Amino acid sequence: MYSQGLIGADGRTEETPEFLARFQKRIDAEEKIEPKDEMPEGYRRTLIRQIGQHAHSEIVGMLPEGNWITRAPSLRRKAALLAKVQDEGGHGLYLYSAAETLGVSREEMTEELLSGKAKYSSIFNYPTLSWADMGTIGWLVDGAAIMNQIPLCRCSFGPYARAMIRVCKEESFHQRQGYEIVMTLAQGTPEQKAMAQDSLNRWWWPSLMMFGPHDADSQHSDQSMAWKIKRFTNDELRQKFIDATVPQAEYLGLTIPDPDLKWNEDKGGYDHGTIDWDEFWRVVKGHGPMAKDRIKARKKAWDDGAWVREAALAHAEKRRARKIAAE
Amino acid sequence: MTATTPLWEVFIRPRNGLAHKHVGSLHAADEVMALQSARDVYTRRGEGNSIWVVPSAAITASDPDQTAENFEPTADKIYRHPTFYDTPEDVGHM
Repeated sequence: MYSQGLIGADGRTEETPEFLARFQKRIDAEEKIEPKDEMPEGYRRTLIRQIGQHAHSEIVGMLPEGNWITRAPSLRRKAALLAKVQDEGGHGLYLYSAAETLGVSREEMTEELLSGKAKYSSIFNYPTLSWADMGTIGWLVDGAAIMNQIPLCRCSFGPYARAMIRVCKEESFHQRQGYEIVMTLAQGTPEQKAMAQDSLNRWWWPSLMMFGPHDADSQHSDQSMAWKIKRFTNDELRQKFIDATVPQAEYLGLTIPDPDLKWNEDKGGYDHGTIDWDEFWRVVKGHGPMAKDRIKARKKAWDDGAWVREAALAHAEKRRARKIAAE
Repeated sequence: MTATTPLWEVFIRPRNGLAHKHVGSLHAADEVMALQSARDVYTRRGEGNSIWVVPSAAITASDPDQTAENFEPTADKIYRHPTFYDTPEDVGHM
Protein backbone atom coordinates (compact mmCIF):
# COMPACT_ATOMS: atom_id res chain seq x y z
CA MET A 1 0.00 0.00 0.00
CA TYR A 2 2.77 2.46 0.72
CA SER A 3 6.35 3.16 1.70
CA GLN A 4 7.24 5.52 4.46
CA GLY A 5 10.12 7.94 4.56
CA LEU A 6 12.79 5.36 5.28
CA ILE A 7 13.10 4.58 8.98
CA GLY A 8 16.49 3.84 10.44
CA ALA A 9 18.51 2.88 7.36
CA ASP A 10 22.27 3.08 7.43
CA GLY A 11 23.46 4.33 4.05
CA ARG A 12 27.17 4.35 4.97
CA THR A 13 29.44 2.73 2.49
CA GLU A 14 33.15 1.96 2.33
CA GLU A 15 34.15 1.76 -1.30
CA THR A 16 36.95 3.73 -2.95
CA PRO A 17 36.17 7.28 -4.14
CA GLU A 18 36.78 6.15 -7.74
CA PHE A 19 34.21 3.37 -7.48
CA LEU A 20 31.64 5.65 -5.87
CA ALA A 21 32.23 8.34 -8.51
CA ARG A 22 31.78 5.77 -11.30
CA PHE A 23 28.54 4.56 -9.73
CA GLN A 24 27.24 8.10 -9.20
CA LYS A 25 27.98 8.88 -12.86
CA ARG A 26 25.72 6.03 -13.92
CA ILE A 27 22.98 7.25 -11.57
CA ASP A 28 23.32 10.83 -12.80
CA ALA A 29 22.99 9.60 -16.38
CA GLU A 30 19.63 8.03 -15.34
CA GLU A 31 20.97 4.53 -15.99
CA LYS A 32 19.00 1.88 -14.11
CA ILE A 33 20.96 -0.36 -11.74
CA GLU A 34 20.16 -4.06 -12.14
CA PRO A 35 20.60 -6.78 -9.47
CA LYS A 36 23.99 -8.19 -10.47
CA ASP A 37 25.57 -4.81 -11.31
CA GLU A 38 28.26 -3.53 -8.97
CA MET A 39 26.79 -1.17 -6.40
CA PRO A 40 27.93 0.44 -3.14
CA GLU A 41 27.10 -1.59 -0.04
CA GLY A 42 25.16 1.38 1.36
CA TYR A 43 22.97 1.50 -1.74
CA ARG A 44 22.23 -2.21 -1.42
CA ARG A 45 21.49 -1.97 2.31
CA THR A 46 19.29 1.10 1.91
CA LEU A 47 17.24 -0.60 -0.78
CA ILE A 48 16.90 -3.87 1.12
CA ARG A 49 15.66 -1.90 4.11
CA GLN A 50 13.30 0.31 2.13
CA ILE A 51 11.82 -2.38 -0.12
CA GLY A 52 11.51 -4.67 2.90
CA GLN A 53 9.66 -1.99 4.91
CA HIS A 54 7.46 -1.35 1.92
CA ALA A 55 6.65 -5.06 1.48
CA HIS A 56 5.94 -5.50 5.20
CA SER A 57 3.61 -2.48 5.06
CA GLU A 58 1.61 -4.08 2.27
CA ILE A 59 1.30 -7.34 4.17
CA VAL A 60 0.44 -5.78 7.54
CA GLY A 61 -1.82 -3.34 5.66
CA MET A 62 -4.12 -6.24 4.82
CA LEU A 63 -5.08 -6.57 8.49
CA PRO A 64 -6.95 -3.32 9.26
CA GLU A 65 -9.14 -3.81 6.18
CA GLY A 66 -9.49 -7.56 6.55
CA ASN A 67 -11.20 -6.63 9.82
CA TRP A 68 -14.22 -5.34 7.84
CA ILE A 69 -14.58 -7.78 4.93
CA THR A 70 -17.23 -9.92 6.60
CA ARG A 71 -19.12 -6.81 7.72
CA ALA A 72 -19.16 -4.90 4.43
CA PRO A 73 -22.59 -3.31 3.96
CA SER A 74 -23.29 -4.76 0.49
CA LEU A 75 -22.01 -7.41 -1.91
CA ARG A 76 -20.58 -4.68 -4.15
CA ARG A 77 -18.55 -3.24 -1.28
CA LYS A 78 -17.49 -6.68 -0.12
CA ALA A 79 -16.24 -7.76 -3.55
CA ALA A 80 -14.28 -4.48 -3.92
CA LEU A 81 -12.74 -4.75 -0.45
CA LEU A 82 -11.75 -8.38 -1.02
CA ALA A 83 -10.11 -7.43 -4.31
CA LYS A 84 -8.28 -4.54 -2.67
CA VAL A 85 -6.93 -6.67 0.17
CA GLN A 86 -5.88 -9.33 -2.34
CA ASP A 87 -4.02 -6.63 -4.30
CA GLU A 88 -2.18 -5.63 -1.16
CA GLY A 89 -1.04 -9.21 -0.64
CA GLY A 90 0.10 -9.18 -4.27
CA HIS A 91 1.95 -5.89 -3.81
CA GLY A 92 3.79 -7.36 -0.83
CA LEU A 93 4.84 -10.32 -2.95
CA TYR A 94 6.08 -8.18 -5.88
CA LEU A 95 8.12 -6.16 -3.42
CA TYR A 96 9.58 -9.12 -1.54
CA SER A 97 10.73 -10.58 -4.84
CA ALA A 98 12.32 -7.22 -5.81
CA ALA A 99 14.18 -7.17 -2.47
CA GLU A 100 15.34 -10.76 -2.95
CA THR A 101 17.24 -9.75 -6.11
CA LEU A 102 19.56 -7.85 -3.74
CA GLY A 103 20.59 -11.00 -1.92
CA VAL A 104 18.29 -11.04 1.11
CA SER A 105 16.08 -14.11 1.52
CA ARG A 106 12.32 -14.16 2.02
CA GLU A 107 12.85 -16.06 5.28
CA GLU A 108 15.20 -13.38 6.64
CA MET A 109 12.70 -10.66 5.82
CA THR A 110 9.80 -12.56 7.39
CA GLU A 111 11.89 -13.21 10.47
CA GLU A 112 12.74 -9.50 10.78
CA LEU A 113 9.08 -8.54 10.57
CA LEU A 114 7.96 -11.11 13.14
CA SER A 115 10.77 -10.29 15.58
CA GLY A 116 9.95 -6.59 15.37
CA LYS A 117 13.40 -5.76 13.94
CA ALA A 118 11.97 -4.54 10.63
CA LYS A 119 9.58 -1.60 10.60
CA TYR A 120 6.43 -1.09 8.59
CA SER A 121 4.24 1.91 8.02
CA SER A 122 3.04 3.42 11.29
CA ILE A 123 -0.42 3.99 9.78
CA PHE A 124 -1.36 0.33 10.19
CA ASN A 125 -0.95 0.51 13.94
CA TYR A 126 -4.20 2.45 14.20
CA PRO A 127 -7.50 0.59 14.64
CA THR A 128 -10.33 0.53 12.07
CA LEU A 129 -13.28 1.37 14.29
CA SER A 130 -16.10 1.88 11.79
CA TRP A 131 -17.06 1.02 8.21
CA ALA A 132 -16.27 4.64 7.31
CA ASP A 133 -12.61 3.81 7.97
CA MET A 134 -12.62 1.55 4.89
CA GLY A 135 -13.48 4.61 2.85
CA THR A 136 -11.02 6.92 4.57
CA ILE A 137 -8.16 4.43 4.29
CA GLY A 138 -8.70 4.08 0.56
CA TRP A 139 -9.05 7.82 0.09
CA LEU A 140 -6.27 9.12 2.38
CA VAL A 141 -3.91 6.23 3.08
CA ASP A 142 -3.89 4.91 -0.48
CA GLY A 143 -3.90 8.50 -1.71
CA ALA A 144 -0.76 9.22 0.31
CA ALA A 145 0.70 5.95 -0.92
CA ILE A 146 0.17 6.96 -4.52
CA MET A 147 2.00 10.28 -3.92
CA ASN A 148 4.90 8.29 -2.52
CA GLN A 149 4.86 5.53 -5.08
CA ILE A 150 4.56 7.37 -8.37
CA PRO A 151 8.08 8.83 -8.10
CA LEU A 152 9.32 5.37 -7.04
CA CYS A 153 8.40 4.11 -10.53
CA ARG A 154 11.50 6.07 -11.61
CA CYS A 155 13.72 4.74 -8.82
CA SER A 156 17.27 3.99 -9.98
CA PHE A 157 17.02 0.31 -8.99
CA GLY A 158 15.36 -1.53 -11.87
CA PRO A 159 13.43 -4.31 -10.06
CA TYR A 160 11.98 -1.84 -7.50
CA ALA A 161 10.92 0.57 -10.25
CA ARG A 162 9.28 -2.24 -12.24
CA ALA A 163 7.42 -3.54 -9.18
CA MET A 164 6.20 -0.02 -8.45
CA ILE A 165 4.81 0.39 -11.95
CA ARG A 166 2.63 -2.68 -11.39
CA VAL A 167 1.60 -1.45 -7.94
CA CYS A 168 0.69 2.05 -9.13
CA LYS A 169 -1.52 0.69 -11.89
CA GLU A 170 -3.57 -1.14 -9.26
CA GLU A 171 -3.52 1.53 -6.57
CA SER A 172 -5.78 3.99 -8.34
CA PHE A 173 -8.72 1.59 -7.95
CA HIS A 174 -8.04 1.52 -4.21
CA GLN A 175 -8.24 5.26 -3.82
CA ARG A 176 -11.33 5.70 -5.96
CA GLN A 177 -13.30 2.95 -4.24
CA GLY A 178 -12.38 4.55 -0.88
CA TYR A 179 -13.50 8.00 -1.97
CA GLU A 180 -16.76 6.53 -3.23
CA ILE A 181 -17.43 4.98 0.20
CA VAL A 182 -16.75 8.28 1.98
CA MET A 183 -18.88 10.17 -0.57
CA THR A 184 -21.81 7.80 -0.07
CA LEU A 185 -21.64 8.36 3.69
CA ALA A 186 -21.14 12.13 3.35
CA GLN A 187 -24.25 12.37 1.18
CA GLY A 188 -26.27 10.07 3.43
CA THR A 189 -28.13 10.64 6.70
CA PRO A 190 -26.69 13.03 9.32
CA GLU A 191 -25.49 9.96 11.25
CA GLN A 192 -23.67 8.63 8.19
CA LYS A 193 -22.08 11.99 7.51
CA ALA A 194 -20.96 12.13 11.15
CA MET A 195 -19.34 8.70 10.70
CA ALA A 196 -17.40 10.02 7.71
CA GLN A 197 -16.29 13.14 9.62
CA ASP A 198 -15.25 11.11 12.67
CA SER A 199 -13.20 8.84 10.45
CA LEU A 200 -11.50 11.78 8.70
CA ASN A 201 -10.73 13.27 12.13
CA ARG A 202 -8.95 10.11 13.20
CA TRP A 203 -7.02 9.40 9.98
CA TRP A 204 -5.95 12.86 8.79
CA TRP A 205 -2.91 13.36 11.01
CA PRO A 206 -1.65 9.75 10.80
CA SER A 207 -1.92 10.09 6.99
CA LEU A 208 0.29 13.20 7.03
CA MET A 209 2.80 11.29 9.16
CA MET A 210 3.03 8.62 6.48
CA PHE A 211 5.41 10.86 4.55
CA GLY A 212 7.93 10.60 7.37
CA PRO A 213 9.77 13.25 9.41
CA HIS A 214 10.33 16.80 8.16
CA ASP A 215 13.24 17.16 5.75
CA ALA A 216 15.38 18.87 8.39
CA ASP A 217 15.02 15.80 10.66
CA SER A 218 15.27 13.12 7.99
CA GLN A 219 18.86 11.95 8.16
CA HIS A 220 18.76 9.51 5.25
CA SER A 221 17.08 11.71 2.70
CA ASP A 222 20.14 13.33 1.13
CA GLN A 223 21.91 10.11 0.22
CA SER A 224 18.70 8.51 -1.07
CA MET A 225 18.04 11.57 -3.22
CA ALA A 226 21.61 11.52 -4.60
CA TRP A 227 21.22 7.83 -5.46
CA LYS A 228 17.82 8.57 -7.02
CA ILE A 229 16.09 6.05 -4.81
CA LYS A 230 13.94 8.99 -3.75
CA ARG A 231 12.95 11.76 -6.16
CA PHE A 232 11.12 14.11 -3.80
CA THR A 233 11.65 14.93 -0.14
CA ASN A 234 9.16 13.96 2.58
CA ASP A 235 7.90 17.54 2.91
CA GLU A 236 7.47 18.00 -0.84
CA LEU A 237 5.33 14.87 -1.07
CA ARG A 238 3.33 15.81 2.03
CA GLN A 239 2.60 19.22 0.51
CA LYS A 240 1.42 17.68 -2.78
CA PHE A 241 -0.86 15.34 -0.83
CA ILE A 242 -2.43 18.14 1.22
CA ASP A 243 -2.96 20.34 -1.83
CA ALA A 244 -4.65 17.49 -3.69
CA THR A 245 -6.78 16.30 -0.77
CA VAL A 246 -8.22 19.52 0.71
CA PRO A 247 -10.47 20.24 -2.32
CA GLN A 248 -11.65 16.59 -2.25
CA ALA A 249 -12.75 17.05 1.39
CA GLU A 250 -14.43 20.36 0.55
CA TYR A 251 -16.41 18.67 -2.20
CA LEU A 252 -17.73 16.17 0.36
CA GLY A 253 -18.61 18.93 2.81
CA LEU A 254 -16.22 17.44 5.37
CA THR A 255 -13.85 19.45 7.54
CA ILE A 256 -10.12 18.73 7.72
CA PRO A 257 -9.35 18.55 11.47
CA ASP A 258 -6.64 21.24 11.37
CA PRO A 259 -7.66 24.76 12.51
CA ASP A 260 -4.36 26.13 11.17
CA LEU A 261 -4.91 24.82 7.65
CA LYS A 262 -5.09 27.74 5.23
CA TRP A 263 -4.29 28.57 1.63
CA ASN A 264 -0.98 30.36 1.15
CA GLU A 265 -1.22 32.42 -2.00
CA ASP A 266 2.55 33.03 -2.17
CA LYS A 267 3.58 29.39 -2.22
CA GLY A 268 0.48 28.29 -4.12
CA GLY A 269 -0.26 25.61 -1.53
CA TYR A 270 -1.78 25.06 1.91
CA ASP A 271 -0.02 25.75 5.21
CA HIS A 272 -0.80 23.17 7.87
CA GLY A 273 -0.66 22.97 11.64
CA THR A 274 2.03 21.26 13.71
CA ILE A 275 2.34 17.49 13.37
CA ASP A 276 2.66 15.57 16.63
CA TRP A 277 6.00 13.88 16.00
CA ASP A 278 6.10 12.37 19.48
CA GLU A 279 3.06 10.35 18.51
CA PHE A 280 4.71 9.38 15.22
CA TRP A 281 7.82 8.01 16.91
CA ARG A 282 5.78 6.23 19.57
CA VAL A 283 3.76 4.48 16.87
CA VAL A 284 6.80 3.68 14.67
CA LYS A 285 8.47 2.10 17.67
CA GLY A 286 5.56 -0.22 18.17
CA HIS A 287 3.47 1.62 20.76
CA GLY A 288 0.53 2.26 18.43
CA PRO A 289 -2.85 1.07 19.67
CA MET A 290 -2.75 -1.99 17.41
CA ALA A 291 0.99 -2.71 17.11
CA LYS A 292 0.96 -5.84 19.27
CA ASP A 293 -2.12 -7.24 17.57
CA ARG A 294 -0.66 -6.73 14.10
CA ILE A 295 2.52 -8.68 14.81
CA LYS A 296 0.58 -11.29 16.76
CA ALA A 297 -1.71 -11.81 13.75
CA ARG A 298 1.25 -12.14 11.36
CA LYS A 299 3.01 -14.54 13.72
CA LYS A 300 -0.10 -16.66 14.06
CA ALA A 301 -0.52 -16.78 10.27
CA TRP A 302 3.13 -17.83 9.88
CA ASP A 303 2.99 -20.46 12.63
CA ASP A 304 -0.40 -21.85 11.59
CA GLY A 305 0.82 -22.07 8.00
CA ALA A 306 3.96 -24.04 8.86
CA TRP A 307 2.33 -27.44 8.29
CA VAL A 308 1.09 -26.28 4.87
CA ARG A 309 4.58 -25.23 3.78
CA GLU A 310 6.04 -28.49 5.09
CA ALA A 311 3.35 -30.59 3.44
CA ALA A 312 3.79 -28.80 0.10
CA LEU A 313 7.53 -29.40 0.15
CA ALA A 314 7.08 -33.06 1.18
CA HIS A 315 4.54 -33.54 -1.62
CA ALA A 316 6.90 -31.93 -4.16
CA GLU A 317 9.68 -34.24 -2.99
CA LYS A 318 7.45 -37.31 -3.29
CA ARG A 319 6.41 -36.37 -6.82
CA ARG A 320 10.04 -35.79 -7.78
CA ALA A 321 11.06 -39.18 -6.42
CA ARG A 322 8.19 -40.93 -8.25
CA LYS A 323 9.12 -39.23 -11.50
CA ILE A 324 12.73 -40.35 -11.18
CA ALA A 325 11.62 -43.92 -10.34
CA ALA A 326 9.37 -44.01 -13.44
CA GLU A 327 12.17 -42.90 -15.79
CA MET B 1 12.00 -24.66 10.88
CA THR B 2 10.99 -25.74 7.42
CA ALA B 3 13.31 -26.00 4.45
CA THR B 4 13.18 -22.98 2.19
CA THR B 5 10.60 -22.96 -0.59
CA PRO B 6 12.24 -22.68 -4.03
CA LEU B 7 12.20 -19.49 -6.11
CA TRP B 8 10.63 -19.38 -9.59
CA GLU B 9 10.81 -16.78 -12.34
CA VAL B 10 7.49 -15.92 -13.97
CA PHE B 11 6.98 -15.08 -17.66
CA ILE B 12 3.66 -13.97 -19.12
CA ARG B 13 2.44 -13.69 -22.70
CA PRO B 14 0.10 -10.67 -22.83
CA ARG B 15 -1.72 -12.04 -25.89
CA ASN B 16 -1.18 -14.37 -28.82
CA GLY B 17 1.39 -13.02 -31.24
CA LEU B 18 3.64 -11.61 -28.49
CA ALA B 19 6.52 -13.31 -26.68
CA HIS B 20 6.41 -14.33 -23.03
CA LYS B 21 7.98 -11.57 -20.95
CA HIS B 22 9.58 -11.72 -17.52
CA VAL B 23 7.30 -10.15 -14.87
CA GLY B 24 8.82 -11.14 -11.53
CA SER B 25 9.39 -14.10 -9.27
CA LEU B 26 7.69 -16.08 -6.52
CA HIS B 27 8.23 -18.92 -4.08
CA ALA B 28 6.48 -22.28 -4.53
CA ALA B 29 7.11 -25.87 -3.51
CA ASP B 30 6.67 -27.27 -7.03
CA GLU B 31 5.76 -26.31 -10.60
CA VAL B 32 2.03 -26.91 -10.08
CA MET B 33 1.85 -24.51 -7.14
CA ALA B 34 4.17 -22.08 -8.91
CA LEU B 35 1.73 -21.84 -11.83
CA GLN B 36 -1.27 -21.40 -9.55
CA SER B 37 0.51 -18.74 -7.53
CA ALA B 38 1.71 -16.94 -10.69
CA ARG B 39 -1.88 -16.77 -11.85
CA ASP B 40 -3.00 -15.20 -8.57
CA VAL B 41 -0.07 -12.83 -8.14
CA TYR B 42 0.63 -11.67 -11.69
CA THR B 43 -2.62 -11.93 -13.68
CA ARG B 44 -5.41 -10.34 -11.67
CA ARG B 45 -6.32 -7.85 -14.38
CA GLY B 46 -6.09 -9.51 -17.76
CA GLU B 47 -2.30 -9.27 -17.99
CA GLY B 48 -2.01 -12.33 -20.19
CA ASN B 49 -3.23 -15.64 -21.55
CA SER B 50 -0.20 -17.85 -20.94
CA ILE B 51 2.27 -18.29 -18.07
CA TRP B 52 5.70 -19.91 -17.93
CA VAL B 53 7.38 -20.62 -14.60
CA VAL B 54 11.08 -21.52 -14.54
CA PRO B 55 13.14 -22.48 -11.49
CA SER B 56 15.36 -19.45 -10.85
CA ALA B 57 18.28 -21.80 -10.29
CA ALA B 58 17.91 -23.07 -13.87
CA ILE B 59 18.72 -19.68 -15.41
CA THR B 60 22.27 -19.04 -16.57
CA ALA B 61 22.98 -15.33 -16.95
CA SER B 62 25.79 -13.38 -18.60
CA ASP B 63 28.19 -11.71 -16.21
CA PRO B 64 27.53 -7.95 -15.79
CA ASP B 65 31.30 -7.46 -15.32
CA GLN B 66 31.77 -8.66 -18.89
CA THR B 67 29.09 -6.42 -20.35
CA ALA B 68 31.68 -4.28 -22.13
CA GLU B 69 33.53 -7.21 -23.78
CA ASN B 70 30.27 -8.91 -24.67
CA PHE B 71 28.27 -6.12 -26.14
CA GLU B 72 30.40 -3.12 -27.00
CA PRO B 73 32.11 -4.58 -30.11
CA THR B 74 28.80 -4.36 -31.95
CA ALA B 75 28.85 -0.58 -31.65
CA ASP B 76 31.76 -0.10 -34.08
CA LYS B 77 30.49 -2.57 -36.70
CA ILE B 78 28.44 -0.03 -38.54
CA TYR B 79 28.68 -2.08 -41.75
CA ARG B 80 26.12 -4.43 -40.17
CA HIS B 81 23.45 -1.79 -40.64
CA PRO B 82 21.66 -1.04 -43.93
CA THR B 83 22.32 2.69 -43.70
CA PHE B 84 26.08 1.98 -44.11
CA TYR B 85 25.51 1.30 -47.82
CA ASP B 86 24.79 3.84 -50.54
CA THR B 87 22.12 3.05 -53.10
CA PRO B 88 21.19 5.44 -55.91
CA GLU B 89 17.94 7.31 -55.49
CA ASP B 90 16.85 6.18 -58.95
CA VAL B 91 16.43 2.57 -57.82
CA GLY B 92 13.86 3.66 -55.22
CA HIS B 93 13.31 2.22 -51.77
CA MET B 94 15.42 -0.82 -51.00
